[in-house]
Amino acid sequence: MNITFLLNGETVELADVDPTATLLDWLREDRGLTGTKEGCNEGDCGACTVMITDADGHKALNSCILFLPQLHGKAVRTVEGASGPNQEPHPVQQTMVDLHGSQCGFCTPGFVMSMVASHANGATDHDTQLAGNLCRCTGYAPIIRAAEAAEPHPVPTWITDDQSFSCSEIPRGEAAGRGAEPPFLPTSADELAALYTAHPDATLIAGATDVGLWVTKQLRELDPVIFLNRCDDLKEITITDDEVRFGAMVDMNRMGEALADLHPSYAEMIRRYASVQVRHAATVGGNIANGSPIGDNPPALIALNATLHLRKGDERRHLPLEEFFIDYGKQDRAPGEFVEAVSFPRQPDRLKVYKLSKRFDQDISAVCGCFNISVSDGVVTQARIAFGGLAGIPKRATHVEAALNGKPWSRETIKGALPAFADDYSPLTDMRASATYRLETAKAMLERYFLEDQGEVTNVLEVSA
Amino acid sequence: MSVTKPLPHDAAPLHVSGAARYVDDIPTPKDTLHLAFGLSPIAKGKITAMDLSAVESAEGVVMVMTADDLPFANDVSPSIHDEPLLSDGSIHYIGQPVFLVVATSHLAARKAARLGKIDYAEENPILTVEEALAADSRFEDGPRIYAKGDADAAIAHADHVIEGSFELGGQEHFYLEGQAALAVPNEGADMLVHSSTQHPTEIQHKVADALGVPMHAVRVETRRMGGGFGGKESQGNALAVSCAIAARATGKACKMRYDRDDDMIITGKRHAFRISYKAGFNTNGHIQGVSFHHYAICGWAQDLSLPVADRAMLHSDNAYLLPNARIESHRLKTNTQSATAYRGFGGPQGMVGIERVMDHAAQELGLDPVELRRRNYYEPAHKVDEKEPSQKPLGHPDPHEDLTSRGAVEMGNAPVRPLPAGGNTTPYGMEVSDFELHGMTDALLKSSDYTARKSAIEKWNAENSVIKKGIAFSPVKFGISFTLTHLNQAGALVHVYQDGSVHLNHGGTEMGQGLFQKVAQVAASRFGIPLEMVKITATDTAKVPNTSATAASSGSDLNGMAVKAACDTIRDRMADYLAERHQADPATVTFSDGHVSVGAERYSFAEAAALAYQGRISLSATGFYKTPKIEWDRIKGRGRPFFYFAYGAAITEVAVDTLTGENRILRTDILHDAGASLNPALDIGQVEGGYVQGAGWLTTEELVWDDAGNLRTHAPSTYKIPACSDRPDIFNVALWDGENREDTIYRSKAVGEPPFMLGISAWLALSNAVASCGDSYPALNAPATAEEVWRGVQRMKGGI
Repeated sequence: MNITFLLNGETVELADVDPTATLLDWLREDRGLTGTKEGCNEGDCGACTVMITDADGHKALNSCILFLPQLHGKAVRTVEGASGPNQEPHPVQQTMVDLHGSQCGFCTPGFVMSMVASHANGATDHDTQLAGNLCRCTGYAPIIRAAEAAEPHPVPTWITDDQSFSCSEIPRGEAAGRGAEPPFLPTSADELAALYTAHPDATLIAGATDVGLWVTKQLRELDPVIFLNRCDDLKEITITDDEVRFGAMVDMNRMGEALADLHPSYAEMIRRYASVQVRHAATVGGNIANGSPIGDNPPALIALNATLHLRKGDERRHLPLEEFFIDYGKQDRAPGEFVEAVSFPRQPDRLKVYKLSKRFDQDISAVCGCFNISVSDGVVTQARIAFGGLAGIPKRATHVEAALNGKPWSRETIKGALPAFADDYSPLTDMRASATYRLETAKAMLERYFLEDQGEVTNVLEVSA
Repeated sequence: MSVTKPLPHDAAPLHVSGAARYVDDIPTPKDTLHLAFGLSPIAKGKITAMDLSAVESAEGVVMVMTADDLPFANDVSPSIHDEPLLSDGSIHYIGQPVFLVVATSHLAARKAARLGKIDYAEENPILTVEEALAADSRFEDGPRIYAKGDADAAIAHADHVIEGSFELGGQEHFYLEGQAALAVPNEGADMLVHSSTQHPTEIQHKVADALGVPMHAVRVETRRMGGGFGGKESQGNALAVSCAIAARATGKACKMRYDRDDDMIITGKRHAFRISYKAGFNTNGHIQGVSFHHYAICGWAQDLSLPVADRAMLHSDNAYLLPNARIESHRLKTNTQSATAYRGFGGPQGMVGIERVMDHAAQELGLDPVELRRRNYYEPAHKVDEKEPSQKPLGHPDPHEDLTSRGAVEMGNAPVRPLPAGGNTTPYGMEVSDFELHGMTDALLKSSDYTARKSAIEKWNAENSVIKKGIAFSPVKFGISFTLTHLNQAGALVHVYQDGSVHLNHGGTEMGQGLFQKVAQVAASRFGIPLEMVKITATDTAKVPNTSATAASSGSDLNGMAVKAACDTIRDRMADYLAERHQADPATVTFSDGHVSVGAERYSFAEAAALAYQGRISLSATGFYKTPKIEWDRIKGRGRPFFYFAYGAAITEVAVDTLTGENRILRTDILHDAGASLNPALDIGQVEGGYVQGAGWLTTEELVWDDAGNLRTHAPSTYKIPACSDRPDIFNVALWDGENREDTIYRSKAVGEPPFMLGISAWLALSNAVASCGDSYPALNAPATAEEVWRGVQRMKGGI
């Protein structure tokens, strides 16, 4: 496969790239650019953060789980390219030095690149922007001071220039390898459908935030692979009066933005879903299709009564999302069939999503409780409740729902519904939480929903000293 | 003067541009080979058969080594030679290296390392305190006991008695840079080793033993580490030795770095403890006696566990004068990773014990926890008569012993004779003469507005049913010096060039703490020159020999003094020469503002250096320092192990969600004693970072092993160190305006470890918040994860 991208302002053309070679390994081992560090090789520490610029703008991404073909047509900037052509420091580099933002320095290149990207985007929610970068030395305080101090400085021209590359030099739709032998880089859902029908054994790679770990941790060799990132028609978000529809390749940051007004609690969950870097890569389709029992989107979407849209060749079918998850590791998906979109009906916002994890940011949920309870004239008219982390699949709480539907919206009803949780779920104990804690906090989340509805302060993130 | 200036880290411009080089970034010869270990999947047993043919025939594999292939010592232990590099047939934990793969790439080595077919005769592993005690599986013959007065009698006669027991989890270092080493064979039998280590001399020693060569044939260089925190005091031995033996066997440069999972599965962590306590207080809150039992989970090899467990005992008083105390310490041998040094080196565990007692007692007695603590403080700083310790006669040491390791402790058992009760002394008989906490506590309570906030929190808790707030104060008194007295020495090598630039080396290593900058500031101050004229290069065993680990917070104290001595030697030579030239008294020659003044003459420092060179004056000198006044008998548990104490105090406010136990730090106020700080910016960095790391240990950082002994939390996806938003919303850190009462470098104090223990206040604040849910004592374990906090709430409400 031949690919072209811009690296720190210079065009790079690579022939015959290994489709599952990571950008990090290529930078360090082939290119000799050792400023970008490997801290975990799984996208959880951010030491390998680089900035990718494409038509959508500037994005921080983890280079350890970014495969080279995903870069085709984009601009890549590493820490070596953060400073200007005459070595003039980027504003965040200067403030990091002046305000003591580095100690051992190993996480620093990743922080710098996250800050370069957020600075370019004018983002000032630094805790969120930097949630995907771990530092063990500083306690973060001086890094945040540095990020704040850099805010007023203009975005350097060498950073803004990256944008022109992706828009002009690589014509859209031109992708080496298309229609040829694998690996494949289709540019539309139609192409993908044809390729996947012909190669149903291929591994689909959307954002590589999960598949990346198959390569870096399990050391698997994947062949053939199909990259979905150039299928722009799968990235569409459609919001009508009746329906909200996300193409499978909508990344989590865009999804969060789209949901901010419709279902703010869902959007807040997405803010805590992994990190900025991972959310730039991770897609809603991937999060559904991999069938994980601890993915955070499926329970929220199930609570919203979502429909999953599947496609195989030219055949399309759709089914309630909850029916897609058959058993642990088993989904209702035929060989060659892929997730094209997920949709849910427009509805008044009654959704609350409670993500419970050991750490607030960038942590996999022990329990993700999603409650969508409509109340009319003091009576529960419809309760749709689903959980992640309580079963082998994302699963609806049908017994709990039944215990609520048609009942008065009261403390007594809530109390009466609690025993039903044990009918719906018998969770496991693992390194994230015990079975007891999972089940009991699931009940507590229903109580929280009720108390919140009554106006009580129940969110520890909204309390200050 | 350069000292006291808040200058940035010397390498900061390199850090932010990606130009700072770590071991894995060093350019290597094209044919460099890469190493990986094949690991044991079982926790205890014997190897019955080993088929490595698939490993050997895997793509890129050059060589596979087992214990039988090691030419000399199969030993990477920093203490009693109980840690083979590769299994000798016995298996002691899941993750123990069994064979070594040498391959053409890092990936090829990793892939091949998973292909070993090994049969084991499995045995039941010892994983818990109960199992270890039942099997009497321990290091040393029995528990070590330090005692003062008669604790049991004092407790029996006290007005109030409290007792309890709790679990205190370990902690993964999570240095961002994993362990790494690179060995480059030189001519003859010589070997150059680049190692990410806090202890280059230890690496040199272990590599020399493994190669069967004298130490002079091995040179170890360490430019910097991407974090250490104690995890690179002894844990780098295996990688450096592997690289060296593979480099010797192949004649090629060899590199080894653990990926994150291997790093967490193979290497040691902070010791987990169970601590049980019984204490007696009188009604006005004065402690009468306390008795602790420490059960330290040491893992499979001794490593540094004895001095770690000792230091836990030595901090069981923290800031409090204990008239009667007894500490019994069990060092348990288990089939888990060999627990090792971690920032505080046992001190934090000991300190959590007594802070738990104070917290519990305040609840029991209905006293304000701050007031109760203050009533039990040591006496304020005062002058005492001191005598230099007598030198203990030395026996005949074995040159192959790990003399420079903290593992080189004296072993043995002596009957315990308690120290007399009373006095302003620690449970090990050291007079506390530099106690700063009375004034610091007053100042912190005032600056943090503690009293008003405490009332506001009580009001909040009365009005809110779901979110409860808590606030807690905790002090720190941390002993500074290696408890193995002879390690308290350091060397330095300083060159002044004829252009006036200064190059220096010392025995300390840079792991982010800013040691190089502080030491450079010392050198610049001695010569009166701008800091830019001073360069410190990589730590190198060929430049400064026989160094101690950069550990025990000692880096600046020891190396700063050694560099000062070397600089002063050169300065005196220059002064003598210039004074003679100008017929002046050498004592009147001054070095300041980049100039040397003698009589009426004023030379730039460069001119003075050039003159001295032409006058055939040596402009190179070594410097040496040894800490005075200390002596310590770890068997008897008495003496003066510490030159001085560093102090700190913190107040943390938290909010707890009682439905799920989720919690956050809302505000933290810290006052920390760094003496007359060499560099306030770097010191505040240590305080902020230390606090967050300490709070992480006691909250979200949970290590989980399954019943087979598998560590289930071996990557950042499952092991959660604090992230950006976990730092306190409001984070006020100030340095106490004082100076060291002992004669340290510019009267500064060590600051590496002490602030870590300020994080204890976060754990106590969580307890305080949970306590508002009922009338009893929450008795939280650590780490207080959301689940543990939730359990505390349930206990308070009588739920479980």
